[in-house]
Parts: sequence; C-alpha cells; structure tokens
Amino acid sequence: MADDKSNAAEYWKANVRTIIGCLAVWAFVSYGCAILFRPILASIPVGGTDLGFWFAQQGSILTFIVLIFFYAWKMNKLDEKFGLGE
Amino acid sequence: MSQFAINLLFVGASFALYIGIAIWARAGSTKDFYVAGGGVHPITNGMATAADWMSAASFISMAGLLASGGYANSTFLMGWTGGYVILAMLLAPYLRKFGKFTVPDFIGDRFYSNTARLVAVICLIVASVTYVIGQMTGAGVAFSRFLEVPNTAGIWIAAFIVFLYAVFGGMKGITYTQVAQYIVLIIAYTIPAVFIAMQLTGNPIPMFGMFSTHTESGVPLLTKLDDVVSALGFQDYTADVDNKLNMVLFTLSLMVGTAGLPHVIIRFFTVPKVADARWSAGWALVFIALLYLTAPAVGSMARLNLVTTVYPEMAGQTENYADAAEEALRYEDRPEWFRTWEDTGLLTFEDKNDDGRIQFYNDGSDFEDRGWEGNELDVNNDIMVLANPEIANLPGWVIGLIAAGGIAAALSTAAGLLLAISSAISHDLIKTMINPKISEKGEMLAARISMAGAILLATYLGLNPPGFAAQTVALAFGIAGASLFPALMMGIFSKKMNNSGAVAGMLSGLICTLLYIFTYLGWFFVPGTNMLANEPAQWIFGISPLSFGAVGAMINFAVAFAVCSVTKAPPQEIQELVESVRYPKGAGVAVDH
Repeated sequence: MADDKSNAAEYWKANVRTIIGCLAVWAFVSYGCAILFRPILASIPVGGTDLGFWFAQQGSILTFIVLIFFYAWKMNKLDEKFGLGE
Repeated sequence: MSQFAINLLFVGASFALYIGIAIWARAGSTKDFYVAGGGVHPITNGMATAADWMSAASFISMAGLLASGGYANSTFLMGWTGGYVILAMLLAPYLRKFGKFTVPDFIGDRFYSNTARLVAVICLIVASVTYVIGQMTGAGVAFSRFLEVPNTAGIWIAAFIVFLYAVFGGMKGITYTQVAQYIVLIIAYTIPAVFIAMQLTGNPIPMFGMFSTHTESGVPLLTKLDDVVSALGFQDYTADVDNKLNMVLFTLSLMVGTAGLPHVIIRFFTVPKVADARWSAGWALVFIALLYLTAPAVGSMARLNLVTTVYPEMAGQTENYADAAEEALRYEDRPEWFRTWEDTGLLTFEDKNDDGRIQFYNDGSDFEDRGWEGNELDVNNDIMVLANPEIANLPGWVIGLIAAGGIAAALSTAAGLLLAISSAISHDLIKTMINPKISEKGEMLAARISMAGAILLATYLGLNPPGFAAQTVALAFGIAGASLFPALMMGIFSKKMNNSGAVAGMLSGLICTLLYIFTYLGWFFVPGTNMLANEPAQWIFGISPLSFGAVGAMINFAVAFAVCSVTKAPPQEIQELVESVRYPKGAGVAVDH
C-alpha cells in the first residue's frame, strides 16, 4: 500500500511537471510572441508583415495542436510506466 | 434558378440530413439524452465537439471582426483555440475519470454541498443563456439574408427552428447530427475561401495565400491591405495595439472560458476512456483549427474585396490612392449583393454629400478636401462572412452553401447549450436537489420546458444584443471562466479546497464579472440601462468588459483560497476522491446517481 501511494504521488508529480512545461510553451507563443514581444519580433518579416502577427493569427494555433498531442502521448507513456492506465 | 431558390435548396437539403440523422439516432433513455451512451470514438467526438464549439460566433461573426479590427482581434483566434490546451491538461481527463454527467454534478459532489451544486447551476445558466443570445444574433443574420426578411423576423424564425431541433434531439441524436454539421460547415467555410484566395493571390490554400503576393498589384496582400485602409483613414490592418494588458486579459478570458463552458466539458464525459479524453481534445482542436486558420485569410481578403468594390481603382494601384478614392462606386451601379443586404437593414447607405457615389472611410478622419462629408456606408461586421462570396462574385451554389453552413454552426451550438441548460435544471436542480423520485418522463419534460424558457429569454435579449455575435459570446466566456473554471480546477488540483472556499470563490467571480459587464453594457443587457459609456476611456485600467473574465477568475481563486484557509478542511473521503480522480486506473463509464 505504501508503495502504491508513493508510486501514485510520483506519477502525479510527473504529470504536473509535464503540464507546467506545456503551459510555459503555451504562454510563450500566445502571450509572448503574439502580444508582448511583438515589437521585439517586428524586424523579422513574414509575408508583408512581421513574425508577431503571424504568431497571433496562425503560429500560436499550430503550436497549441502540437502541445495537446504531445501531452496525450506523454501521459499515455506515464500511465504505462506507473501501471496506472486503464 | 434565382439565388433565393438556391439558398433554400441548400439550407433545406442540409436540414433534411440533420433531421434524418436525429430520427435515426433518437435518444431512448435519459442517459442517452445527456451523454450518448458513453461510447463515442475520440475522432467522432472531436468532430462533434468542434461542431458544438464552432458556433455562429466562429463561423459568421469572427472573420468579420478580424476584417474590421485586424491584428487587435487576433485575441479571438488565440483565445478560442488556446483554451483547448488548458482543457486537455487541467480538466478533461480528470472529469472523465470522475464519471458523472454534468458540471454541477462534479462541483456538487467534489465540494460535498448542495449549495455548491446550486451555485454551479446558476453560473452555468447565466453563461449559457448569454452564449445563446450570441447564437440568436448570428442565426438571425443568416436567416434574414437567405429568407430575405428583416433581421428581427430572422431572429424569431431562428428561435423557432432551434427550439424544434433541440427539444426533439438529445445528446445521442446531437452527436451524430453534429458530425454531419461539422462536415457541412467546414466545407461551406473553406470552399469560398479557396476561390477568393485563388482570385487574389493565385494560391489555393487560404492560410498561405494570406501571406503571399496580391496578384493584381504585385505587393504582399497584407501590405496592400494596410496601404488601402490607411488611405481611407482607418488604422493599419496589421497595426500593433497600445493596450497590451487588455489584449492579454481578453485572450486569457476566452481561454479560461473555453475550459469552463459546460457544453464543451460535457463532451469529454462521452468518450470510453480517460486516455480518449486527452486525444479527443487534440482531435477537437485539429478540426477547429481547420476553420480558425482559414478565418484570418477570410477576414483580410473580405476587407480588401469590400474596399476595392467601393473603390475599384484601388485594386491595381500601388500609390496614388487619393486619386483612386475620387473614383468611388456610384450608388446606382451598386452590385446585386449590396441591394439584398440593404433589404435586411444590416448594410446601409446615406449619400451625405449628394454626389451619388459611395464614400466609405473612417469617420474620424478629415477628408473635407476631397468633398467628403462623412462616412456613407455602414456595414454590420456580422454580414462579412455571408456576404464575402457575393462580394467576390462567386457562383450561386457557393453562396447557398455558406448560408447552410452558417445556419448549421448556429444550430449545433445553440442545441448543445440548451442541452447543458436543460440538464442543469432537470437533472442537477430538480432530480438531485428537489425531487429525487421524479420519473424519467417527468425529468425529460422538465428538460424540454427549461429549453423553451431559455430560448425565449435569449431570443428576447437577442433582439437588442449587447454586441456582435462573437462579442456577446465572448461575454459568456468571461462569465464561465470567472465562475466555473476556477472551481473545477481547484477541485482537481487542490485537495484541501473545501465547500465554503469554492462557493465563496464562484459567487465572487460571477458577481464581480457580471457587475463589471452590466455597468458598461446595461443591467441584464437591457439597452440604455448602463451606468458608464462602453468606451476605453471609461474602463478601469483600460480593461474592456469583454476582458474582465480573466480578472474575475483571479478574484475567484483569491477569495476561494482566503476563505478556505480559515474554514474546516474537507473530510477524508473527499480528499480520497480527489486522489482517485487524478489517476486513470479504474475509470468506468459515466454513471447515473
């Protein structure tokens, strides 16, 4: 039982770490590149405008998709590793 | 065949399809009515979630807001997709493991309190009804155009159809119907965009066309657009915004709102396994992104086409826009689509300087030297997507298709929301709290009566909506994000969060957000009852009512933790419940009480 408990706690910690990593990327592309850092990225031209604009209208959406699939894949592996899957 | 007949044919055919599917998959039991038997594949579920999600706000309204606001309105794009990231990581898998039907179910059980359940029901109803108001606005635009009736009549017709549709459906019927609706709406959205991208840039993929060269003038499309709109005194399409705080908060509001909206969350109860809930969120976002990556192209190209319709000389220019502006379209030469939209009252022209030409420019700019005496053309943002194929002279069947798509978008979401409202009332309020012995028949009846009530209220308020469809919907997101999202998240991530904390948090988040919104938009959205004008100078720290949901959510978290720290910790079995929600192992199918 004690083993089960520490195993479960370990799993939860790994999950929370993964979430924090993914959300850091999530915030960086949307709030960072697309909004706050747009003036800094203004010198990088993309099709008639700048990189920040591209992130705001397309780049962030594409990153979000990658993030969700990465998380689902990673969690499936964790489920297996800790024997906590269904 | 007249355009009217073509529209009728497309809308009629798509309806026949949905009704056919609804009858084929008719809900037999209350359980089917709410969660489709708990056995839907992640891809199917992803597609249905996407249809549920992409409402009149996404389909009809969003590209129009992008067209008028440019970069500043990118918030809608990021907010309504980025929310899925937090939904997939912070809520969906755990709520699926929890295995109940509804959001108030989770909140009521997790916070071991019927007060919490009741507060969750109230939050859910306020957010969902606001959302339905936005759908009615959008559906009203679509119906008024394709039936060629005034806007008000369009809204009432939409209400009647939504009612019939939702009342005889139920979740199971809706899941398969929504797959069909997704297919109709994505085709309807993409085909005109491909045609227009080809016309303007020679690139058939709209998301790439937007960043390539405008064929007629030889400059990049977005540069061309910036030049054209600034020649008319508008802000550059790609211009940065000054108030970054507001933009960040607005995006955050839409994101947390996505993760707090009951009709989306409920979707994740219907997959067989916890792992499927994670994949479902990913697939949903893929299907949503197909539209959201096209929307900015539709917005920018529609804006350019609108301007070059009014000022035909501007299309091939690279300089000398001032001369081109003199050659504005003569009112008597206006195209057919202009006339039909005039009939709906959503596009208006007033010849202020009596020169018989249409002057379309930013009213704030001074162009008296050109003999202009004010902007003469008023175009409702919500008509941009529907009018877009007509503006671009696309064939009649494309126009019919987009009418069918717009209506599919509004119907599918309105039906999903009404289902969430009705299940909150019949299941959470009546069955769980008031009369546990109610028969299945009685419960279904209560569900249908509450749907009818919600439609009437939303339609009434939709006649004088608090904003364009997407803006009204954004308010709903703010409300859901400020009230339900923090409670759900704390319920999973904080074992120590107790009933008093959650209730105090939800109430303060909901009340603060509503007060802020009503101050600027009128009490209960009744026009003329607002206490301050809804303009940036009046907003506290420049935070718009649309963005306040994020602040409301922070208040919710802060109050909850403060109250929790001075009240009794939750009982041991609740802490164990939270523990079990965190691990996929042992998840059964969703069960009734």
